[in-house]
Amino acid sequence: MGNEEKQCVCAIIARYRDVPGPLLPILQGIQEEHGHLSEAAMHQVAASLGRPPGEVYSVATFYTLFSTRPRGKYVIRVCENAPCHIKGAPAVIAELEKALDIKAGETTPDGKFSLEFTSCVGICGVAPAIMVNQDVHGNLTPSSIAQVLGQYR
Amino acid sequence: MVTLTIDGQKVTVPGGTTVLEAARRAGVAIPVLCHHPDQEVKAVCRVCVVEVAGSRTFQASCAHPVAEGMVVRTNTPALREARRTIVELMLATHPDDCLRCERNLRCELQSLAEKLGVREIHFDRLVREVPGDRSSPSLFRDPSKCIVCRRCVYTCSQVQGVGILHPVHRGYETYVAPGWGRGLMEIACTLCGQCVHACPVGAIGEQDQTAEVWAALADPKKHVVVQTAPATRVALGEEVGLPSGTIVTGKMVAALRRLGFDRVFDTDFTADLTIMEEGHELLHRLKNGGVLPMFTSCSPGWIKYMEHTYPEYLPHLSTCKSPQQMFGALAKTYYAEQAGINPADIYVVSIMPCTAKKFEAQRPEMNSSGYRDVDVVLTTRELGRMIREAGIQFDRLPDSPYDDPLGISTGAAVIFGATGGVMEAALRTAYEVVTGRPLPKIDFEPVRGLQGIKEAEVDLDGTCLKVAVGHGLSNAQQIMERVKSGEAGWHFIEIMCCPGGCIGGGGQPIPTNTEVRIQRSKGIYQVDRELPLRKSHENPAVDQIYREFLAEPLGHRSHELLHTHYTPRARYGPPGGKS
Amino acid sequence: MQLQRAHVLVCHGTNCALHAPQALVDAFRRALRETRLEPEVRVVETGCFGLCEQGPTVVVYPEGTLYCRVSPADVGEIVSEHLLKGRPVGRLLYRDPAAVKTVQTFPEARYFQKQVRVVLRNCGVIDPSSIEEYIARGGYLSLGKVLTTMEPAGVVQAVTDSGLRGRGGAGFPTGLKWRFAARAAGEPKYVVCNADEGEPGTFKDRLILEGDPHAILEAMAICGYATGAHRGFIYIRGEYRLSITMLENAIKSAKELGLLGKNILGTGFDFDVEVRLGSGAYVCGEETALFESLEGGRGEPRVKPPYPTDRGLWGRPTVINNVETLASIPHIIEKGPAWFRSLGTPGTPGTKVFTLCGNIVNTGLIEVPMGITLREVIYEIGGGIPGGRRFKLAQTGGTSGGCVTEELLDLPMDYDTMAKAGTALGSGALLIIDDSHCIVDVARSFAKFFMHESCGKCAPCREGTRRLYHIIDGIAGGRGSPRDLELLELLSRTLYMTPLCPLGQTAPLPIMTTLRYFRPEYEAHFGSGVCPAGVCAEPGGSTKEARAW
Repeated sequence: MGNEEKQCVCAIIARYRDVPGPLLPILQGIQEEHGHLSEAAMHQVAASLGRPPGEVYSVATFYTLFSTRPRGKYVIRVCENAPCHIKGAPAVIAELEKALDIKAGETTPDGKFSLEFTSCVGICGVAPAIMVNQDVHGNLTPSSIAQVLGQYR
Repeated sequence: MVTLTIDGQKVTVPGGTTVLEAARRAGVAIPVLCHHPDQEVKAVCRVCVVEVAGSRTFQASCAHPVAEGMVVRTNTPALREARRTIVELMLATHPDDCLRCERNLRCELQSLAEKLGVREIHFDRLVREVPGDRSSPSLFRDPSKCIVCRRCVYTCSQVQGVGILHPVHRGYETYVAPGWGRGLMEIACTLCGQCVHACPVGAIGEQDQTAEVWAALADPKKHVVVQTAPATRVALGEEVGLPSGTIVTGKMVAALRRLGFDRVFDTDFTADLTIMEEGHELLHRLKNGGVLPMFTSCSPGWIKYMEHTYPEYLPHLSTCKSPQQMFGALAKTYYAEQAGINPADIYVVSIMPCTAKKFEAQRPEMNSSGYRDVDVVLTTRELGRMIREAGIQFDRLPDSPYDDPLGISTGAAVIFGATGGVMEAALRTAYEVVTGRPLPKIDFEPVRGLQGIKEAEVDLDGTCLKVAVGHGLSNAQQIMERVKSGEAGWHFIEIMCCPGGCIGGGGQPIPTNTEVRIQRSKGIYQVDRELPLRKSHENPAVDQIYREFLAEPLGHRSHELLHTHYTPRARYGPPGGKS
Repeated sequence: MQLQRAHVLVCHGTNCALHAPQALVDAFRRALRETRLEPEVRVVETGCFGLCEQGPTVVVYPEGTLYCRVSPADVGEIVSEHLLKGRPVGRLLYRDPAAVKTVQTFPEARYFQKQVRVVLRNCGVIDPSSIEEYIARGGYLSLGKVLTTMEPAGVVQAVTDSGLRGRGGAGFPTGLKWRFAARAAGEPKYVVCNADEGEPGTFKDRLILEGDPHAILEAMAICGYATGAHRGFIYIRGEYRLSITMLENAIKSAKELGLLGKNILGTGFDFDVEVRLGSGAYVCGEETALFESLEGGRGEPRVKPPYPTDRGLWGRPTVINNVETLASIPHIIEKGPAWFRSLGTPGTPGTKVFTLCGNIVNTGLIEVPMGITLREVIYEIGGGIPGGRRFKLAQTGGTSGGCVTEELLDLPMDYDTMAKAGTALGSGALLIIDDSHCIVDVARSFAKFFMHESCGKCAPCREGTRRLYHIIDGIAGGRGSPRDLELLELLSRTLYMTPLCPLGQTAPLPIMTTLRYFRPEYEAHFGSGVCPAGVCAEPGGSTKEARAW
């Protein structure tokens, strides 16, 4: 972890350390800022909260929004729960995998896109839907994928 | 009091009792798996479910409190089906190498399956591939066998306060492991092995070294000597089916001879020696304004804990090696000289109640004889295995005495095996050395027993010696925090890594729990009571070794052979490295 | 103050937000500026109207004209025709799918005619970022009434008398929960709003929070007063960015006006609310798992009892209520329990917000009195099944609910009736599935969800949910046999009865119900391996699913 990252993690810890139950807000802050939770950052969090480092790792691996490995600049979360599934999510996912040439759980070699499954994110009114970082895209079909990805390429 | 009906029987129990406990009083032993008598309720295996009238779902009896008028059924077709299905589901993802598993015939999952009459596993085999860990000389972990009961998590975090074992990941991918998949040697694991006692299956165990010992015994060039730790003599019997706490000193010695050891010695001898060295070190520190409080240093798990957790307090640790390592150093010097054997040919085996001792023996500095002082450490369990393998009819063996001279010891050495024992032994000697008078009462009751932290004050002719005793690392941590705050004013502190002291060590027979610890502890104090000599400074062999070899406590040779130093360690080393 | 003759309401709910409504708002403002209508017409960014399928939607008041699928290119025409000349733009009007005619206004649409908007009354009507608009619609009156004229016990009594039951899915009487917490010993006490909406097909809480955030704050303060709590937490899904923004903004403005914080309305009552985010775990919707997560741990459920009202967050007495439950509270206080009881059924008074998704014309958000039938919802409000397809099944209550077929469409929907019919009202998600789908493929999707979301703490759920998926995947892949159905039933019985929390206990519900109604379709996949719907892969081959997870 570089000095800059270390300081940034310090600042995030300082921001939340006095709120009750500070661990998740801190991890969320680091995830948002750095795109993943590095081992060094988690050690720093553990030390400042007086918790065993392994416990921080235990918590981090429980939640799907946390990643212990670096992810792409754009994280594409595809929902495959029933409401999206019956509206054609499998075809949309297949198209995404084809267009990006990666499988779900992987990151493109250029570090631009990661493809992940998510559980329902409550945009079922416009299923099938995906999220690209914080952006929501709905009513998708395989043919609309190119246009969606085009906004981020 | 609350009255409820269990399987048609009225039972009256105190409010707050669990259904599981109430059922036991009604004569029904509901099957359990994640339940552990010394631990908080987890209710995660769901094997102990029962039917509670009015409840939509079954309830876990280990967690469900009784209520007035409650109607419980523990044995219905639906319950039997549910329990068996849960166990089948676990078995279907559990490696089926029972015949080769270290816990074969001692596995709680196995005996549960037997109890529930599982004859078929209806589900396809889906084994979880998780890398194992053999990075430490003390313990192995095989998470593919983990049933996620979390008993080891509780032990590691709550009992020992070490907190390196946690559930990682989620759902069916959950298993228990140190963070980032690190090996135990890469992190602040004390290698105490208490997790082994917590584990119902074979997911954690000691690194078995019986093969090395068999090889040494079969090697005609090697002169194989063995030492037995104080706590082994009240526990080994359990390995061959005797009741907990049975005193088997003479039979253990006889069995070791049958196994082919050339000399059978006693770690108790060096325990007495430790008292001489450590007692004088304490008096020296008291007199010369040395670092206080001084901590005992016989427990290798405690030492490693200090190195990781309180490195700034390492000068507080007595510089005395543990009795095991004193023995090794003397076996390859003093004994070699006396017996006229080339120390290169001497092979020292320890029988220890401890998994951390395996690590201690491998510490690079433990070679003051010019050789590896202790070659192999076996746990009580491993010795039990060798005895069973050799077909020795243990209970029919005639008692055999230890060999001279490293086999002579006192009651003060035996009580090293129980929490408070080192302190009591030290006080017996310190009192008489300082005051020159015999002790009015030899038993120091305030430092005995399973209370987590014990304190006492002893008047040494006007000097009030304040002492504390802790066992289990959570208690050690509390003591350390009080030492840090400077409030306590203690001079001398005994810490044993394992709850109950060495009688509850991580290498002791399974099961080891509070009830078993109490029985073993009784055995230890009985051995002490029945010995003719009960004070370390009265040990004639100790007297002799000072006259013939060491000269005096804290002398030059003692310093070389019997004292050591400590190494600050990181809590988390780099991956693949050693912490 | 400038009086305006017309208002243009542009939906900013997340479902519409994906069409970039900001561009619409900008286009309106630009067009109004160019036509010099700016002083007379106000453009308002509102919460969801509910017609998500038709988004982005725009409503022009005072007429209430409803325009659908509006793009920035349409804005000029709406301004020049409707706002300047008073002629609605016919081609953009909402088309009632059942009646096959266009309707001009909001109230005219059958979509809205059956609805009773209590919880959603401000959604799509006010600018959710404006506390003034909330207050103008009667907001914070109930809080004032409670603090100045009622005893805490009286508030609990009013909620009890209303018969309100928890809208998160379990249907527990809210008044009873408040009573337990009010009586529990231990300080401090907490109020927690469960906004960790994760039930597939459910997006009501999200849209309520986006459209009317102050209602939740007001309700939490009322609950705090009634139970003796001074601190509230809203635990909301981390993905719900707009809701989070709206809530944080609402908390800020409520504090500025002294409606939250110290000495509210000068009455001496203190109450503060903080927003906490989830990090991606469905199980955190379970109340004790939510506490674990809020406290900073793995979101794993605790053993109950003790219940949250005795030992909840940080071991203290805690009331935890769902967003929709809380959203009803100010209205109950304002209009009285008798009014609330006049809605819905005797066992389940009030209204229920449902989210419609799947193969239905009007996907979106509706609010109807409890006791309405599924048939009314699907065919009268939802506009029926699109594309000339036939109704096959509906899943009620989200993925943890059960499935119903044609024969059950006339059941009145409330907690007890649905449970008796072997399904659940649950969160109010209604997933409509037409006859183009294969039941095995759909069931596999249900099972996959539970496998992925099981927390792994208790053995039957951890191993059983994975098994359900594994077996159904095998059937879909043409590797099934009659024995597999027996195993599914065995697993379902075990899961229904033994897990630690409702996640595992409800996981078998959709499987059991599909098996009950569509057994032959499962069986058709055996042996010859024909998928009657033609969805599953050829027999013996690897299924489309095999790579997943």
